[in-house]
Amino acid sequence: MRFMVMVRATKDSEAGVLPDEKILTEMGKFNEELVKAGVMLAGEGLQASSKGARVRFSGSKRTVIDGPFAETKELIAGFWLWQVKSKEEAIEWVKRCPNPFSGESEIEIRQVFEAEDFGAGFTPELRQQEERLRARVAAKKKKKK
Amino acid sequence: MTASSTHGAIDAVWRIESAKIIAGLARIVRDVGLAEELAQDALVAALERWPESGIPDNPGAWLMAAAKNRALDYYRRTKLLERKHEELGREIEAEHEMAAADFAAAVDSALDDDIGDDLLRLVFTACHPVLSTEARAALTLRLLCGLTTDEIARAFLVPEPTIAQRIVRAKRTLAETRVPFEVPRKDELAARLASVLEVVYLVFNEGYSATAGEDWMRPALCEEALRLGRILAELAPEEPEVHGIVALMEIQASRAAARIGPSGEPILLLDQDRSRWDHLLVRRGLAALARAEQLGGRLGPYALQAAIAACHARSRTAEETDWARIAALYDALAQIAPSPVVELNRAVAVAMAFGPAEGLALVDALASEQALKHYHLLPAVRGDLLVKLGRLDEARAEFERAASLTHNAREKKLLLDRAAASHKIRVVK
Repeated sequence: MRFMVMVRATKDSEAGVLPDEKILTEMGKFNEELVKAGVMLAGEGLQASSKGARVRFSGSKRTVIDGPFAETKELIAGFWLWQVKSKEEAIEWVKRCPNPFSGESEIEIRQVFEAEDFGAGFTPELRQQEERLRARVAAKKKKKK
Repeated sequence: MTASSTHGAIDAVWRIESAKIIAGLARIVRDVGLAEELAQDALVAALERWPESGIPDNPGAWLMAAAKNRALDYYRRTKLLERKHEELGREIEAEHEMAAADFAAAVDSALDDDIGDDLLRLVFTACHPVLSTEARAALTLRLLCGLTTDEIARAFLVPEPTIAQRIVRAKRTLAETRVPFEVPRKDELAARLASVLEVVYLVFNEGYSATAGEDWMRPALCEEALRLGRILAELAPEEPEVHGIVALMEIQASRAAARIGPSGEPILLLDQDRSRWDHLLVRRGLAALARAEQLGGRLGPYALQAAIAACHARSRTAEETDWARIAALYDALAQIAPSPVVELNRAVAVAMAFGPAEGLALVDALASEQALKHYHLLPAVRGDLLVKLGRLDEARAEFERAASLTHNAREKKLLLDRAAASHKIRVVK
């Protein structure tokens, strides 16, 4: 199973304040542990939303909005992609993560869609079902415009 | 927290910690079987306590301490049993107490030392060549990956008691032949590493291509093999073949979603929709290959196979494939790890690079190869080349022969379809 693990932004991260030396060192060690455990697939820090942009979709209209964005709690400051056997394993690893910021913070865990989710019992019939589901999800996304 | 959600969390902790605990204990008690038993005892203790007390803040340390206590108990029990046959006196008891303290100190120092060394020792021990490859695979999945006997049995499509017996016998063999718990010496390292990588690749292949029946993939084994490979790459970063095998597995795994069609039919590499390849895994594979190449020296067999896979991985379309490079890589592979199958693959690459006639010459040289007598891909490849040369009747016979040799139902259909098609098409020059 794969999970995207997202570090939620804070006022500090949005202000471009870099975490202190101690946190950086501990985070470095944590990332090393993830690599040594064969869990880490990818991971990056994201720059503040002041350097980013959004594109709004409304019918055929596209509107570009430059950052920064006010709702800090809607933003993420960094992410990982992990390969683990279960959500519980992802949670256990997150519990071992050093606090990415001084003060309160939050890390969110989301499972990635994959055919392999269905394990060894993933018969051709189930695979077909999954294809149909994907198509339906894609169609729904198109409809939302 | 409910008991069942705690169990899920405990399973997760076990998956993360068990190999390290077994490895640390094995260094002390010098017996991987005993080490696993003691580790399992600690797990039982956790399953009994944690649903009530909650999961401790440092569950790994808790388990290690619990396992160490059980190791001490075991030591005391066996020493006491020995002492029972002798005179029991205060001095002997005092001696015993000191010995127990030494033991405890030894355990403490062992657990402080780099657990990476112990993990590497465990890898080499579980993959010792005195064991059959099947036994090594079962033991590795058990001790290093933390899979249950049931999970291993389901993965290999054999009954659970078979795996249970295999593991018991493997542990007994290691104990009886007194396999030392150590990393092999430099002069033995290459050969011993080869037997480790053989196990990793066996597990990967078992997951990647079913050996019997309809299902083509058992994804979980691919993940375990990849995880093990990635762990090894950090435990032995100076070994190019470790990076080579990781590169090979990452790239092969990248094709998982593209290999099977909507009704479960296999899709050959050259026909796959490359947009369905997992490009994260491709990038990881290419990075691992670069690590192997940067270590210098001649590429070994896994790195060479990875380099071949990388040629495909780098091409946006099948038409852009650098077949000349692939043929050259197969030349190199044929020199250091020759086999009839390598030669057959080389023939395919040569045909793609230099024309079907050149390829056919190499394939025909394999006609009398004993090892390929029942290998369905030999006539399949020959059939393909004959089609390209316009020799359709001969091609049809080859595809029919290939179909008769394969056990996989879907593959059989694919080949019979090609045989039928060889009857109809006209090759336009």
